[in-house]
Amino acid sequence: MTITTNDSQVAVPSDTVTVIIDGVAVAVPKGTLVIRAAELLGIEIPRFCDHPLLDPVAACRACLIEVEGMPKPQPACAQTVSDGMVIRTQQSSEMARLAQEGVMEFLLLNHPLDCPVCDKGGECPLQNQAMSVGRPESRFTEDKRTFPKPINVSAQILLDRERCVSCARCTRFAEQIAGDPMLELLERGAQQQVGTAEDQPFDSYFSGNTIQICPVGALTSAAYRFRSRPFDLVSVPTTCEHCASGCSLRTDYRREVVTRRLAWDSPEVNEEWNCDKGRFAFVYQTEGRIEYPLIRENGELRVASWPEAIDVAARGLAEASSHAVLVGGRSTVEDAYAYARFARAALRTDDIDFRARALSDEEHAFLASLVAGSPVSVSYEKLESAPIVLLVSFEPEDESPIVFLRLRKAARAGTRVVSVGAVRSKGSEKVAAEMVWCAPGDEAAALASLPADILAALAHSGAVIMVGERAALSAGALSAVAALADRTGAALAWVPRRAGERGALDAGAIAGLLPGGRPLSDAQARAEVSELWGVDSLPHPGASGDALLARLGTVEAAVVGGVELADYPQDVRAALERVGFIVSLENHHSAVTELASVVLPVAVVTEKAGTFLDWEGRPRPFTRVLRDALTMPDAQVLGMIADAMDRPVGPSDVNVLRAELGTLGPWRGARLEAPRVPVGPRRDGLVLASWRQLLDSGVLQEGEPHLAATARPTVVMVSDATARRLGLTETATLHGPAGIVTLPVEIADVAESVVWVPMNSPGCHIYRDLGARPGDIIRVTAGGAL
Amino acid sequence: MITTGLTPVITEHWDAPDLYTLDGYRRFGGYEALASALKQDPDAIIGQVKDSGLRGRGGAGFPTGLKWSFVPQNDGKQHYLVVNADESEPGACKDIPIMMADPHVLVEGVIIASYAIRANHAFIYIRGEVPNAIRKVAFAVEQAKAAGLIGKNILGSGFDLDVVVHSGAGAYICGEETALLDSLEGYRGQPRLKPPFPAVAGLYASPTVINNVETIANIPFIIGRGVEWFRQFGTEKSPGFKVWAVSGHVNNPGLFEAPLGITMRELLDYAGGVRGGGEVKFWLPGGSSVPMLTAEHLDLPLTYEAMAEAGTMLGTGTPMIFDSTVSVVKAVTRWLEFYKHESCGKCTPCREGTYWITGVLEKFEHGHGTATEMDTLVNLCGQIAGRSFCALGDAAATPYPAALKFFRQEFTDATHTPVDGTFDPVASYVFAPAVAR
Ligand SMILES: Cc1cc2nc3c(=O)[nH]c(=O)nc-3n(C[C@H](O)[C@H](O)[C@H](O)COP(=O)(O)O)c2cc1C
Ligand code: SF4
Ligand code: SF4
Ligand code: SF4
Ligand code: FES
Repeated sequence: MTITTNDSQVAVPSDTVTVIIDGVAVAVPKGTLVIRAAELLGIEIPRFCDHPLLDPVAACRACLIEVEGMPKPQPACAQTVSDGMVIRTQQSSEMARLAQEGVMEFLLLNHPLDCPVCDKGGECPLQNQAMSVGRPESRFTEDKRTFPKPINVSAQILLDRERCVSCARCTRFAEQIAGDPMLELLERGAQQQVGTAEDQPFDSYFSGNTIQICPVGALTSAAYRFRSRPFDLVSVPTTCEHCASGCSLRTDYRREVVTRRLAWDSPEVNEEWNCDKGRFAFVYQTEGRIEYPLIRENGELRVASWPEAIDVAARGLAEASSHAVLVGGRSTVEDAYAYARFARAALRTDDIDFRARALSDEEHAFLASLVAGSPVSVSYEKLESAPIVLLVSFEPEDESPIVFLRLRKAARAGTRVVSVGAVRSKGSEKVAAEMVWCAPGDEAAALASLPADILAALAHSGAVIMVGERAALSAGALSAVAALADRTGAALAWVPRRAGERGALDAGAIAGLLPGGRPLSDAQARAEVSELWGVDSLPHPGASGDALLARLGTVEAAVVGGVELADYPQDVRAALERVGFIVSLENHHSAVTELASVVLPVAVVTEKAGTFLDWEGRPRPFTRVLRDALTMPDAQVLGMIADAMDRPVGPSDVNVLRAELGTLGPWRGARLEAPRVPVGPRRDGLVLASWRQLLDSGVLQEGEPHLAATARPTVVMVSDATARRLGLTETATLHGPAGIVTLPVEIADVAESVVWVPMNSPGCHIYRDLGARPGDIIRVTAGGAL
Repeated sequence: MITTGLTPVITEHWDAPDLYTLDGYRRFGGYEALASALKQDPDAIIGQVKDSGLRGRGGAGFPTGLKWSFVPQNDGKQHYLVVNADESEPGACKDIPIMMADPHVLVEGVIIASYAIRANHAFIYIRGEVPNAIRKVAFAVEQAKAAGLIGKNILGSGFDLDVVVHSGAGAYICGEETALLDSLEGYRGQPRLKPPFPAVAGLYASPTVINNVETIANIPFIIGRGVEWFRQFGTEKSPGFKVWAVSGHVNNPGLFEAPLGITMRELLDYAGGVRGGGEVKFWLPGGSSVPMLTAEHLDLPLTYEAMAEAGTMLGTGTPMIFDSTVSVVKAVTRWLEFYKHESCGKCTPCREGTYWITGVLEKFEHGHGTATEMDTLVNLCGQIAGRSFCALGDAAATPYPAALKFFRQEFTDATHTPVDGTFDPVASYVFAPAVAR
């Protein structure tokens, strides 16, 4: 947009129009709303129902302005500009000023005097705009309308109906953005109120956004309600640590305790939204933390001083002759880089992997060839304008919620979404996805025989293929995806679930790859890195993935950071039990600390600065929130161990680590070959399908019962036909090698001979409870039967 | 003295007991206009309706032919005709009698109008509280279907039409045309943001014409008897005739069909004059949503233009007459209670304004108003008028200022004396014994 002033002679592109607002000319694109055009001039028109990301309703009438030639005041939030339009806001029009003042007076009639106890007080658009355009005193002396307070629209969201100004932001968000239209306006006149159907609470993954966009304190969360006043909070812009969507957040704290998190404005990523996990799941940061270093003595962990613990760790690692490093997918880029450097430079091993989940060698080859160190190619913006987006082994709503929201926005504007998978999920319905049906494990075959119209669409410019991390479970799938992208020219994106995975990949926290996607096997790459690190040589390519897990049982020492053993389908615990010396960097007790010889507590995200790379590959840096915290990030702890081992690895300060990564930059040399794993054999029988739901038994969600109560129920999903064939009615029992799980049956749009259960939800943890992985053949009986 | 004669057209054969049946209707020439219409080009029909100057009888008086011509032609989209039969305006009682007495004239009008705007689906949205009217119209539609007047290839013309009779659920706002569309689509009835206008994106986002029952009932006569014949009635700007529904304190309330331009005094004579030989205190030309007039306005012609000039509107053309037994304070309070109850809640001025104004008026009714509040109310009405989302808010803002203009003293009295003390409520009952008056 170009802004011109009255006397300037700036050339205006032809799809723009010039309007005069309060005497000042401004050129804006055709179709711009008056309220947006005024914003460009810094003229703030009051508003309640208006929201730039929601369709206009013009319901609250707070934004009335005068348009020359129109007898009545017009709503600036719905009035589009036309060339030469002369607009007068409250700044220059008595008509507009009086209209706005009148509406404001009306809005306050039935609004309670709750400000002193209301969560919104201090950051409330109603308070603020009542001050800026309202009358100084009320003329209303009649009785206010009241409602019994408050009601739950979900376990997490409470509604104080008398505070509501009926702006319909929450209901429009639910319907238009989230696609969860369980919130509706009910009743008429002054009795109009927001509500839900009796048997259908507002259990949306995105429900918390309604609290944030409610222009009054009508919507509050059970988690935060009455906890603090906005003016007592210190706010810091941060990045969400939960998933690879990469949301910008605002973290608010008081007296060194985080009280709430909000979605922060990031037009290129999360726009103004986030998911409820990112908003509410942060109790883990304070509760159950390991406070002091611990060392194992006579089989028991005891508290130790930092010097003692570092000394024990360094000695144990130095004495061992073989090492492995496991680093979970939650590290910041800088910490992951520190692990990568520590493994190669201090431990002199390349046996390192960040993939604490189901993985494969094919995936390693795929990442090395097509993902590691590559710049942003598919972006959120690109999704929005894509003619077609093909999803493979990927459920955006559960596995990357902001990708889901952007896909939904795209789909509403006409993007065709196709999902290759076994379940037409609720999320798929909300993006109007077409299905290419295939049982888990058969993805490669399905991709090899895609319908011609989909193939043709993928060849159009802007077409996108998104593949989820679960593809690693399906032999040949990632090879087929790579081949398909190659053949059609469609842009390719790999979407991991965890926030740290893409960064760890680019930081080189995986065997065979140095930072920036450098192949360890490449002499030039080795030279660049060893020079930076000041080491004579780098280890030979080591083991990753299954090979590394297999080798675990034979190494003498391991360094493990942020890994949940239950996230691996394999029995990694048995392997770790054979490792003589384990150093665990953790903030909570876990199955690893149970085995560790030394436990070193590390900082959580609020206690350090860092960066996450989102799935796009876009850096999402964040600063430290809690300045007084005494904890150290992983990088610093690793640096201390290295120093104590007398194998210093260089400074561990986050800025230095960033600078080092920046110096190296992405690899521009030859890349490894894309994998060419053939299509696997067809299997007969009932196939298990599964993914992790957004809200599940994840450890970072602990301590937030209201959030957990909005999770989807744990059920078995099968098609009607499969249910009939198996005689499933109320409940079904799944029989795996490790045990059985009995759950309620939900008839859904599922491929024939496929049965779906959540991967890690209360009552169903497939690795632990069943000993089965997605794609395995599974036996299912009617509930309880053997 | 009456100089304007009654001109029964729509109501001409209402005394025939079987008029509501197909045979009865046909006996008086029913469906002949349809046969002639189907032989003409749809645009020619639109042209005739345009030339006739027919204006909408739903309240706003919008030129009907012009409205039809807004529907984009040959756009390959489904078009819809929707008949607004939600008649819920206080005082309005003309559409329901038409549907009860002569449902086929509506059905014939629907078929012709649908043909003209190239709609293959028509909906008749009838107020839910009048099951008798719904049954009559549904019966007429069934008969027309059975007779091949609705369905595929009507009268061999190649024109297909389906007609659906839909019952509303009891909300005044669902008479507002876009709220009606929401309601018809199964949503909660609230007005829609315009643009897009229904002619471009109405029902199911397709081009849609919405017309009042009486408007559509005029169509067979315009097509059957011609533009010239139609224009012999009424004035240049308000051509045609109207089913005037006169109610209130008159000796002979009822429907009187006469040309536009008839005066209230003439209609009053047809209605047998004010009961007990009394005087008109105030009257409303067309429903509670138009500002009131007084006895001094009885000789104005009842046309769209003359009513506008007098500061009111013709509205639905269903005059309500109030004699001197009525407290204007009480009447205005009842109307505001109605608007408060019927406000859909979407926009702030109407939702909150009607709540507030009603509360203050109720104080006046009990003798507790103040002089300041008399002015505050004017100001509050001004804060609604022209600022609400739809015309219901505007309507709610009209009764008080008009009443204050003519009867300021009564409001002043209501600052100290309950209105029931000044006006015996029993005396104002239509069925009150003469002695009470
Ligand atoms: C609150 C409200 C209620 C209305 N109720 C009716 C009604 O019951 N019947 C009707 O025909 N028009 C009603 N209207 C007017 C319609 O919106 C619309 O103008 C009319 O149906 C158009 O038909 P016409 O052009 O044939 O008059 C109402 C308007 C408002 C604002
Ligand atoms: S609850 Fe808040 S966001 Fe929802 S309609 Fe009411 S004021 Fe608006
Ligand atoms: S979508 Fe992902 S990054 Fe965004 S708030 Fe949720 S968990 Fe955090
Ligand atoms: S004026 Fe506003 S609140 Fe009143 S009925 Fe119309 S839209 Fe609803
Ligand atoms: S902000 Fe424009 S009407 Fe609400």
